Amino acid sequence: MGIWGWLKHKYHRAGSPRWFFAGSKGWMVGLYIFGAALILIGSVWGLGFVPPERYQGESSRILFVHVPAVSLAQTIYIAIAVAGLVFLVWRMKMADLFIQAVAPIGMVMTAAGLATGAIWGMPTWGTGWVWDARIISTLVLLLLFFGLMALREAVPNPDRGARAVALLAVVGVVNIPIIQYSVEWFATLHQPESITIGQRPTIAAVYLWPLGINALGYYCFAAGAAIAALRVRILHAESGTEWVREWVRGGDE
Amino acid sequence: MTELLAMDGHGVYVWSAYGLSLLGLIVVGAWPLASMRMLVRRLRRRNRIAARDQAASAPGDES
Repeated sequence: MGIWGWLKHKYHRAGSPRWFFAGSKGWMVGLYIFGAALILIGSVWGLGFVPPERYQGESSRILFVHVPAVSLAQTIYIAIAVAGLVFLVWRMKMADLFIQAVAPIGMVMTAAGLATGAIWGMPTWGTGWVWDARIISTLVLLLLFFGLMALREAVPNPDRGARAVALLAVVGVVNIPIIQYSVEWFATLHQPESITIGQRPTIAAVYLWPLGINALGYYCFAAGAAIAALRVRILHAESGTEWVREWVRGGDE
Repeated sequence: MTELLAMDGHGVYVWSAYGLSLLGLIVVGAWPLASMRMLVRRLRRRNRIAARDQAASAPGDES
């Protein structure tokens, strides 16, 4: 079995709700705990053990919760768009369940990013809100997450609903590069990226540690929550099957 | 301690940002666990009702 065969095998395995449900509980618990521990370490580090930034002072510490939230929200959207494409092309049921499971997580993270950004803006920009490209495109991201959830509820036929949601997920991905490049294309109060893959970060190393730990913590914790939410969706979607009846009778949760 | 709370006058911004972030994480983390619990409870009830209906409609062994 070559690499392609192995990938195909994994793909079909991942496409089986029952298989995913059976093997995912340990991952879920582990990611929850590992993520929470990292967030605790990163936050204590960022709040108490790095010097305040020269120009912004103490409010620069908001960086360590703002950046992980918005970065995670965008990554979740990209994952949703990929799942939408997979659903449209191969009609994979798990891809549809995945979108339903993680859209609320993305929405909360986007809201957290907007809220912490507004709070940070008050002492540093002198305003909590400006209608600039970065903030508008992030607001659009929030609406996209909400739209994915609302659209599902609005379409009575589940098959058509799933297809509509997948299509919106794929189309909406154009918003991601707009968020990314908004600080370069348009005049904005928001600063450009300090960390770009493949380039030297333009942020002092002391801040990179708590930021990196918190970001990893957010990603792990959200992955745990995503698995937990996907398990709920699977159980709901498969509730008429014998294996679910068997599992529910088993009493373990 | 008071110094850490005051944050040089920026305490209200820093702590409210961290507080809101914590709230968001708690919602994200607890919501699927709570809905799992509710769903399992609902499915158990449904199973019980189905089992009872089956027992009632079956002619029974003693007849």
